[in-house]
Amino acid sequence: MSGMRRWLANPWGRPRFLALLTVLYMVWSIAPILLAVRFSFNEGRSRSTAQGWSTRWYWDEPDLSVWNDPSLRQALFQSLKLAGLAMAIAVPLGIALGVALTRWRGRGAGLARSTTLLPLVTPELVLGVALFLTVIHLFHFIDLGTVAQLVGHVTFSLAFVVIIVRGRLLSIGKEYEEAAMDLGASPVQALRLALLPLLMPAVFASFMFVFAISIDDFVISQFLSSSASTETIPIKIYANARGAPTPALNALASAMLFATLLAVALAFLILRVTRRSRGERGSAMGDFANLRV
Amino acid sequence: MRYPRWFWAAFGAPGLVWVALFFVIPVYTILAIAMGQPDPIFQDPIPEWNPLQWDVGAFETVFSGFGPGEAFYVVFLRTFAYVAIALALSLAIGYPVAYFIARHGGRWKTLLLIGLVAPFWISYLMRMLAWVNLLQDDGYVNRALMWLNVIDAPRAWLDGRPSTVILGLVYGYIPFLILPLYAALDRIDRSLLEAARDLGAGRIQTFRRVTLPLSKPGILAGSVIITLPMFGDYYTPDLLSGSPRTNMIGNEIYLFILQGSQRRVGAALVIVLMLILLVFMLYYLVSTTRASKELEA
Repeated sequence: MSGMRRWLANPWGRPRFLALLTVLYMVWSIAPILLAVRFSFNEGRSRSTAQGWSTRWYWDEPDLSVWNDPSLRQALFQSLKLAGLAMAIAVPLGIALGVALTRWRGRGAGLARSTTLLPLVTPELVLGVALFLTVIHLFHFIDLGTVAQLVGHVTFSLAFVVIIVRGRLLSIGKEYEEAAMDLGASPVQALRLALLPLLMPAVFASFMFVFAISIDDFVISQFLSSSASTETIPIKIYANARGAPTPALNALASAMLFATLLAVALAFLILRVTRRSRGERGSAMGDFANLRV
Repeated sequence: MRYPRWFWAAFGAPGLVWVALFFVIPVYTILAIAMGQPDPIFQDPIPEWNPLQWDVGAFETVFSGFGPGEAFYVVFLRTFAYVAIALALSLAIGYPVAYFIARHGGRWKTLLLIGLVAPFWISYLMRMLAWVNLLQDDGYVNRALMWLNVIDAPRAWLDGRPSTVILGLVYGYIPFLILPLYAALDRIDRSLLEAARDLGAGRIQTFRRVTLPLSKPGILAGSVIITLPMFGDYYTPDLLSGSPRTNMIGNEIYLFILQGSQRRVGAALVIVLMLILLVFMLYYLVSTTRASKELEA
């Protein structure tokens, strides 16, 4: 009885009901994904029952597996190509824009800042429709297909890079650049030698974010796709989820999942090492969850 | 030496040009298409760039569809209902979970946070595919329910059921709600809670008068973050139901823009949708700007 009373009186005691709810939430959140990955390793043709283990739907099966079905393999490469190109453009562009918008205090700075952040709150459907109509009615120098999709991915992920850089810059402060310039560095040298090394964690995080956004993107990719040859993995999932005859679709989705998780794990490890070397304390995962990098 | 005045504007110029070319102009293009005339022969839309010559014909078509019982009226009401129910369910599930992890995570916190963040890195479409697998006639959901004797025969979950679509929306968007909730709850200073308890407030009173008000920004931010994409969703109903009976605004826009020749009406629908969402978008922008100003100060 006294144990019960102590448990009730302790304000930091664990509420059992909430613990149960949290565990149930985690299971509900993760289990369907694990099962979808599980079905991709099926030996049989079922997409709703576990049937033995094989890599049949990844590469063994002629014609129907991810690697041997030209349309599925094509989608895998299109997704990876877009993600790579989007990273190469969006990260440098976004870093420069993020630094500029944080430091720039002139007329028009406020307008520039909110316009840059608007894509963040614009539903993807609106952005997809906007770019689709612009490409066919106004920008005749861009064709629907890979280039248009790339433009869309960069536009959509740019604001995320700006936010990440901004957060990091606000925690660094201006002192390092000012010190560098007092010691005779030109503005460009101060940026390159003093600020850029301090921004490296934000750069890594940006690469990871742009990769994840681009490879997961569906709406923009679909609106700006021109033909079967520019379909990405999510478009294939959308088109075939209900009718696919074999677990090859699950294998394709799982391959994308493995690629993303690998990229995230890599970026996270780098982030952790840089945090350690700077002697920062606290949970890296906690910072990660709060988008503080 | 300090940075010259023009330095930062020049540094940001490439990015700003990009945003102007591929965001500002395209959004204006939607308006120009919606307000343009159709080509008399092919019925293709011709954009009208000059606001003085705008034609509101497409909007008249859209608004005439808003009469009670008309097509758009039903779809808009349905969309609002789905989004409202999905948001309420997400909050009811998400708040306790975020609260537990922030307050009582203890040594499991890192693991639980990985669980919270994981869905971010898994494609939305793949997460829907996972449910398509599970909800098949011979899928594990039907088998589990039959084993538990809840139902006698397999149920066709993927056959135009609003409940399935709402489940999909909750499952799809809840991670984006939980993270801001967690961040807001994790920031609350524990000494405030101790002070409330010391001053005689009970558990429930402390929660109602300290924790809940302090987590309000997280609740609002998270709700806006998931409400905006839900209004533009067409793939969740398509994948989990595929029936016109569960069509949302997004499905109508998708059909008008990509499938049909009525791009003007589609563009007008997008403008109407944007006007509805503008309140949420502005709220979010203003509150994040204010938060970052506070950080700078």
